[in-house]
Order: sequence, then structure tokens, then C-alpha cells
Amino acid sequence: MSVGVWAAFVLVLRRELCLSFRRPDQLIQPLVFFLIVTTLFPLGLSVQLTLLREMAPGVLWVAALLASLLSLDALFKSDADDGTLEQLVLSGQGLYVIVLAKTLAHWLVSGAALVLVSPVVGTALAIPLTAFATMMLSLALGTLTLSWLGAIGAGLTVGLKRGNVLLSLIVLPLAMPLLIFGAGATDRAISGTSAAGALYLLGALCVLTCTLAPFAATSALRITLE
Amino acid sequence: MWTWFYRLASPPSVYRVAAALTPWFLTLAAIVIGCGLIAGLAIAPPDYQQGDAFRIIYVHAPSAWLSLFAYTTMAVAGGIALIWRIKMGHAVAAATAPIGASFTLAALVTGSLWGRPMWGTYWAWDPRLTSELILLFLYVGVMALRPAFEDPSRGDRAAALLSIVGVVNVPIIKYSVVWWNSLHQAATVAKLGRPSMPGSMLWPLLTMFLGFMLFYGAVLCIRLRGEVLNRERQAVWVREAIKSR
Repeated sequence: MSVGVWAAFVLVLRRELCLSFRRPDQLIQPLVFFLIVTTLFPLGLSVQLTLLREMAPGVLWVAALLASLLSLDALFKSDADDGTLEQLVLSGQGLYVIVLAKTLAHWLVSGAALVLVSPVVGTALAIPLTAFATMMLSLALGTLTLSWLGAIGAGLTVGLKRGNVLLSLIVLPLAMPLLIFGAGATDRAISGTSAAGALYLLGALCVLTCTLAPFAATSALRITLE
Repeated sequence: MWTWFYRLASPPSVYRVAAALTPWFLTLAAIVIGCGLIAGLAIAPPDYQQGDAFRIIYVHAPSAWLSLFAYTTMAVAGGIALIWRIKMGHAVAAATAPIGASFTLAALVTGSLWGRPMWGTYWAWDPRLTSELILLFLYVGVMALRPAFEDPSRGDRAAALLSIVGVVNVPIIKYSVVWWNSLHQAATVAKLGRPSMPGSMLWPLLTMFLGFMLFYGAVLCIRLRGEVLNRERQAVWVREAIKSR
């Protein structure tokens, strides 16, 4: 039976989403982590709202980066452990399509969920309502880019026993520009100036990784799997 | 032409060529760096703003430049090894990574020592400094990924791929002073048109660039020989080479 590229993409995407929603605890854990980390900062630093507002973008972004990093390890790991990944590679479909679908599914259950929760965190960190749109847009672009960078890192470390720390070591330096522009955009939105420049740069990074990172992630998987 | 190239890229010939080049590189590097240091520290006139403190540029700028050059070398060698399956490319990349990381560290340290009298602080979170720091982390990531695999050839290819992905950072560092309004001074040498530096200051700097390149070549050759011996330790030619000494 031959399946078209688009059909294969949809099948893998549906399978990934179905698997995630059958394990809701794993879905919620990164979100709870996100909430807890952002709670730690006001407790550790200061509860004055003006101070809190100044450091809110950085806190929000660092917490979001760490939260999506948590779930990256599982992107290819469980499938590689039980042999599903090899079957997908042997299925005759391009690995590119499979990587594309898996990463998009990862973003939908981790990044997009973080974006949806971010208003709660934003309110807690005293980010004004007017900045919410920019904050959520920048987080959406940033977490999607991070998912792509993470797919490269997860592909490279999938065969390793203790790949988790190494994965962070590889992905975080690449993700630093995201933090700079993402927090910059949110910061500008809070102070009321135009955040367009930083958002454009985030968008450019997002397009760059969406188009090029799948190739890198595919080659990474080929190196570690073959 | 290709058979000649493949023969040259075989481990024994790489080992021999590196051994033959090492003394040349070392001698030339010592002479050129010596001349450059004397010229830079004693002959070049003091800066009208920074006085004698600017002289650290003769170590700082070549280190920073070499940190980028070494990264590019590592990525290109990794790319060649991935595409044409030339094993020695991985050896070159593996030998280059610690050298490049050292140059990056040297650039950061000399830069912060220079920053203290000029900017009043050892460290500022400005684009060029931050991107150079990211470069150091990238080197660390590549160096950590290679030995993480039990199968060395797999580790080689993974590290090569990661270094190619990290190349995105190289133009960002190079142009960070142009794109962002930065505390760091703008490019003074590698500019289109005339460099904005008087010749008496410029030529010692260019001499130091050349000297650092030669020094890099020397260290690379030495490290490459060790790398080749380690990778080929089961091969017959290694045993013969050791016996014949």
C-alpha cells in the first residue's frame, strides 16, 4: 500500500497527538514546571510589582525555554526505544515528512500549550494587558523555532544513554538569540514602544529554522540510527 | 586528480605531511609573532585616546579572528568529511575544536581586561561579547558531543553536523558591531575601502594576524598527528612508524 506524502504527514501527526493526549500527565507536567519556575522568581527576588514588571519578560522567556526543553528529550526517544522510529524510517516515506510531523506535533502539545498558559503567568508577573498580544505572538514564534532547534539536538542525542544534559548543552547556545529577541519584544510591548523590529527578527528566525532545520534534524537522525 | 587527492587524504600521508610542516609553522610563527609583538608593544605609537592600553589589541583581535577562523575550519572539515566520506576531515575537525575554544577564551579574557580600563567594566552584555560567548558554548557542545557516542565514527558525524548548524553564528559575530549599536568599537581593519587605522598601528596588527595563523597551523599539525595516531592505533603503518623511530 502506498501512502501519499500529505497522507503520511497527517497520519504521523495524528498518531503523535493521539499518543500525547492518552498520557495527559506528560502533557501537563511541562506546563506545571513553567508555572512553578515563574513562581520561584518573585519569591526569590522581590514581590514589588514595579520591579517584577521590569524583569517579567526575561523570567517568562527563561521559564518557557526550560519548560519546552524538558519535553524535547522525549521527541524521538520513546519511538527509538521501541523500534517505531526504525519502522517509520523503513516505511518508504521520506524521513523529512516524518520529522516535520513529529516536530509540529511536539510544538502543538508543548509550545502552543505554553502560549495558552502564558497570560496566567503574565498576570502573575504584572505584565500589563496591552502587552499580552505581543507576548503571546513572540512566545509562539519562539517556541516553534525552539522546537526545530530541539529536533536537531534530539536527533543528535537520541541514541545516547544520558543524552538529556547534552541536549540542553547543544540546544541552549543555539536558542540564545531567541531569548534576546523574544524578551526584547515583550519588554518593548510592556514599556509601550513598538515591538515590530524584534518580532520581525523572531519571525525571520522561525522561517529560517522551519525551512532548514528539518534537513539538519533528518541528517542527524540518519547518523544516529543507521 | 581525485586519486591523488584521496591518497593525500589517507591517514599515513596526513601524518607525514603534518610532521613535515610542524617545524616550518613553529619557526615561522615564532619569528612573525616576535616581530609583531616588538612592533606592536614598542614601535607603534600610543593611541591618542586610549594611550598604551590599546596595545592589547595585538593579542585580542587576532585571537577573536582566529576563533571564527577555527570554527569555520572545523565546520568545513566536518562538511567535507560528511559529504565525501573522507575520514581525515573528522580528524582535522576534532583537532581544531580545542584550539578554537582556546582562542575564543583568549579573546574573551583579553577583551574583558581591555574593557576594564576603557569601559569601566570587565563584562558588558552587548551583542559582540554575548555572541562570542555563545561561540564558546558552541565549541563546548561540539567537543562534548563527539566522545558521547560509543561508536567513534557516529560521534564524528554528529559533531560535524552540529558544527555545521552552528556556523549560523559566525556571520552574526562578524557583523554584530555593524548591525547593532554596540559598546564594542566598530570594525577598523576589515572594512571596504581604507581601514580607519593609521599604518603605523596597522602593520603590527596584520603581522600578528599572520603570526597567529601560523601558530594555529603549527598547533593544528601537532594535534592532528596525535589525533591520527589515536584513530589509527590498530593500523599496521602506525606500528611501523613507531618502530622505525
